[in-house]
Amino acid sequence: MVLTVRTRLKQLGILLFLVPTTLLAAAGKAEAIVIVADSRRFTGWKAWWTNLYNESHFLFALATIVIIPTLGVILGTLTGLLLSRIGIDLRSRELAEH
Amino acid sequence: MDWLYALMPIAGVEIFWPGLVILGLGVGMIGGFFGMGGGWMVTPGLNILGFPMAFAIGTDIAQMAGPALISTARHTRFGNVDYKLGLIMVAGTVSGFEAGAQLIMWLERIGKVDFYVRAAYLVLLTLVAWLVFTDVSKKMRKDREARAAGRTLDKLSTGIEWHKRLHKIRIPPVVHFERAGIRCSAWLPISVSFLTGLLAGVLGIGGGLIRMPALIYLVGCPTHLAVGTDLFEVAISGLYGAASYSYKGRTELLAAVIMLMGASVGAQIGSVATKYVKGYGIRIFFGVAVIGCAVSIVFKLIAAASPALRAFFDKAATVLILGLVTSLSLYIFTRFLLGVREELAAKRMYRASV
Repeated sequence: MVLTVRTRLKQLGILLFLVPTTLLAAAGKAEAIVIVADSRRFTGWKAWWTNLYNESHFLFALATIVIIPTLGVILGTLTGLLLSRIGIDLRSRELAEH
Repeated sequence: MDWLYALMPIAGVEIFWPGLVILGLGVGMIGGFFGMGGGWMVTPGLNILGFPMAFAIGTDIAQMAGPALISTARHTRFGNVDYKLGLIMVAGTVSGFEAGAQLIMWLERIGKVDFYVRAAYLVLLTLVAWLVFTDVSKKMRKDREARAAGRTLDKLSTGIEWHKRLHKIRIPPVVHFERAGIRCSAWLPISVSFLTGLLAGVLGIGGGLIRMPALIYLVGCPTHLAVGTDLFEVAISGLYGAASYSYKGRTELLAAVIMLMGASVGAQIGSVATKYVKGYGIRIFFGVAVIGCAVSIVFKLIAAASPALRAFFDKAATVLILGLVTSLSLYIFTRFLLGVREELAAKRMYRASV
């Protein structure tokens, strides 16, 4: 009887070890699943972009955080120039209240 | 009409690209005017245009940094950004956001997290709307009383004055925020940003919708300063979000860039329009936006609770949000045009008199 309890405890121990290990392994696999962009449908810069996405998410992220603010600043400056050409004062605000 | 559709390289879906430009224009205007990223408006819009939800969220966050940077730069010129306050608040926001993300993971283990999160969001938005309209009505009453007594009210007077009590708590270090005109304990903006960051982390939103009123009612910023300073925070959190979602492979840069074409114009119009609108004008329309957002969440809750009505209320929520974006954009654009016309007329008169 004592042996059975020991055996069961061993089995339980193995189970306790295996379940999280299996789950962690599965989680690892799940994390590894990525969406693959179909680069065959594109040519030129679009093909290069999809290949970059498929090959390295790090470089893809790096390119995104460089392109977005840079383009934002360029387009914002151009729009600002256009608005100032209309004659709007873009440097001061007279209203001062809560 | 094929040229009106662009194939997105990552998501692999064909998108009506003028829709992206229009969406960007609207969100840029609203963001620049109210000081928020506008995730609650963009995500359903992108989803309607045909993006899968995972890409809609990631692309929305990725494009957010662009217009927020443009608006921050413009508001800086107008003297609407307190960088010292913004930087102190970034520390609180980031730590609060991380704590919120941990809290949501704990809530997920309990279950029914979606329902609780939506309900909490609804309570919070109701509170913000109540706060805004109570403040507006108190301010109007003060104005009426002052007029009746033959006095003129101070331009910096407000309806709700909770911030004055909070400023009296002088736990060192006490900091002077020159631009905002506030002297208070540094712990006040840190704790307010931690709290708003925590809520944003739990609710899965950018946080502008709650940080902007918190800056006004708890920290005591004038409305224009709250808009500008909040946009600075949105720009930083937007960049962080863009990096995070792109690393997870959930952003469609081409869509973000097309949106940016519209958003760069919208952000300038929205920011410049704040020149022509009084602080309380901004607050009232902010309150309207919050009510619209709250009603859309009620629709989502009904849709989740009743499978038979799901399709109808899901669509109703999306129509409501897009209708709200259109109405608010039209209002901001009209105020911009009227303001520009007045400014140019005043300049012409001045030149004629000299």
